[in-house]
Amino acid sequence: MLSAILSPESIAQIDREVTKYPPEQKQSAVMSALRIAQTELGWLSRDTIADVADYLDMPAIAVYEVATFYNMYDLAPVGRNKVTLCTNLPCQLQGADKIAEHMQAKLGIGFNETTPDGRYTLKEGECMGTCGSGPLCLHNNHKMHTHLTTESVDKLLDDMK
Amino acid sequence: MSLSTPTDQVCMWTLDFENPGSLATYTANGGYAALKKILAEKTPADEIIAQVKTSALRGRGGAGFPTGLKWSFMPRSFPGDKYIVCNTDEGEPGTFKDRDILIYNPHQLIEGMIIAGYTLGARAGYNYIHGEIFEQYQSWEVALEEARAAGFLGQNILGSGWNFDLHAHHGYGAYICGEETSLLESIEGKKGQPRFKPPFPASFGLYGKPTTINNTETLASIPWIMQHGGQAFLELGKPNNGGSKIFSISGHVNKPGNYEIPLGTPFATLLEMAGGVRNGNKLKAVIPGGSSAPVLPADLMMECTLDFDSISKAGSMLGSGAVIVMDETVCMVKALERLAYFYYEESCGQCTPCREGTGWMYRIVKRIEHGEGRPEDLDELLRIGKNIGGHTICALGEAAVGPVASFVKHFRKEFEYHIENKRCMVGQ
Repeated sequence: MLSAILSPESIAQIDREVTKYPPEQKQSAVMSALRIAQTELGWLSRDTIADVADYLDMPAIAVYEVATFYNMYDLAPVGRNKVTLCTNLPCQLQGADKIAEHMQAKLGIGFNETTPDGRYTLKEGECMGTCGSGPLCLHNNHKMHTHLTTESVDKLLDDMK
Repeated sequence: MSLSTPTDQVCMWTLDFENPGSLATYTANGGYAALKKILAEKTPADEIIAQVKTSALRGRGGAGFPTGLKWSFMPRSFPGDKYIVCNTDEGEPGTFKDRDILIYNPHQLIEGMIIAGYTLGARAGYNYIHGEIFEQYQSWEVALEEARAAGFLGQNILGSGWNFDLHAHHGYGAYICGEETSLLESIEGKKGQPRFKPPFPASFGLYGKPTTINNTETLASIPWIMQHGGQAFLELGKPNNGGSKIFSISGHVNKPGNYEIPLGTPFATLLEMAGGVRNGNKLKAVIPGGSSAPVLPADLMMECTLDFDSISKAGSMLGSGAVIVMDETVCMVKALERLAYFYYEESCGQCTPCREGTGWMYRIVKRIEHGEGRPEDLDELLRIGKNIGGHTICALGEAAVGPVASFVKHFRKEFEYHIENKRCMVGQ
C-alpha cells in the first residue's frame, strides 16, 4: 500500500499529478509518482515500485521499466546528499574536470560511490540545460548549484548534513 | 501600461523590466493582448496560420522546420481530443535558452501555447520540462496558476465560451525525450523510446490523438507574431529565417550566456558580445548548433552568419542555437571522447545500429585519447558512422555520428598524432 509507506502530503502530491491527465490515463502520472516517492524515501525499492504500480493501476513491470529507463531514479540506496556533477563538453571546457577531481579528493570517493558514513553519493551527470553557468551540479536531483569553484564546492559540501 | 510588447526582441525583452517573469510585468507591457484580441474577434485559425507562415518562423528546437507548415498538418476539424505539446526537454549539450524563457518570460510561453491550442483545436496542452531543472518546473506551475486565476486558462476563457487547460510534465533524466515521439511516450507514462514515423504526431500523437509538438522558444514567439504581424517578425531576421533568436554561447568565452539577436547576425558579432575568447586566446573551433551539429574550424565559422542557411552552407547546422566555443588549448580527441560518451550513454537502446554503434565509437575514441589507438581506427570510426546514419528510427543515430565524422574530417591530423605518438598535440 502506497499510503502505508508515504506521507499524506506525498500522496496528495501524487493525486494532484493524476488530475493533469485524462481520467483513463492515470499512468501518465507515473514519472511524478516515482519522483515523489523517491524524494520521501531516498530511493526506489522493488516494493516501492510495486506499490506505485498498484496505486496507478499499472503492471509492476511497466513501472519498473520507467524507473530503470530514466537516470535520475535511484534503484539502490544513495547517501543523504546525492551530488550529480555535469561533466559534459561545455561544462568540461569551463572547468568541470577540476571540480570533479576536487570533489572526489575531498570526499575520498569516486563517481557512483557513497561515503562510508552515508553522507554523500557522487554521480556524473549528463547535460542539465544550464551550460552557460557551468561547472554545475544538482543536489538530491532538485537543487542546482552553478558557477562552481573549488572554494564554493568546499562550502557547499560542508553545509550538507 | 503599454498596449504592445517591445519590438526589438521577441522572447527576452522582459529583462529590461523589474520582476521580468511576473504576470504584472507581462500584462503591463502588452502581454496577453494578442490572446484577448483573438478571442474577442474570433480570429479564424487559417488567418493565424497564415501569419505564422508569413513570419518564416522555423522550429527553435534544432530541426528548423517551418512552424506554420507544421501547424497546417494538424487535422483541426477532426472530432475528438487534440493536443498541443511544448518541448522544454532541453538537454542538448550547449543549449540553455528554454530554461531562461521559463525563468524570465513564462507567461509569453503560456500565451503562445494557448494561442496554439486555440488555432489547432486542442482541448489541452502539456509542457514537458527537462528533469534536471526541477526549480523551473515548479516556478512554471506557479505561473500557470497565475494565468488560471486571471482567467486565461480553464472553462469559458475570457467569456469566449472556449475551454482549454495547460499542465507541466516533469521529465527525469533522458536526453532521448527531446525527440518528439519519445517525449509523447514519456508523457504517456512509458519508457521514452521513439516511435516509427509515419504515422506522424499530427495524425497519431499523444494518446493516439492529433498532436502538435513545438519547442519552447517557438511557442513563445507566437504572441509577438500575432501582435506585430508575421511580416514584422520576418523583417527582424532575413528571408527564410524570420525573427530574432536566442543563442546560447558556452565554453571558452569571457561571458557565456544567452544573447537574443536577429537571425543573420555575423558570428563575429556574437563572439564579441560574449566578450571574445577567454584570456585573449586564439579561436580553434566552434560547434554552432548544439553537440549534435558538426564542428567547424575557426576560419570557416568566422565567415558565417547565424542563420539556418549560412551555417548549413558551411557544412553544419544552426540547430538549437547552442554555440560551443573552443580555444587553441582544446584537445579535439578529448573533446570528442566526452561527446561520444554522451551519445553512448543516452542511446535508448531500441535500434541495434545506434545502441551498439555508439558504444563502438566511444570505445575507439577513448582508446585513441588514452594512447592505445590503432592506425586503422579513424577509417573504422567513419565506417561505423556510415552504418548508423539512416539506419535508425530517430535522429539520435545521426546526432551521434555528426560530431565523430566532423571532428575526424576537420582535425584528422590531431587524431593521427594521438595514434602515432600516444599523446596530445596541444598542451592542456
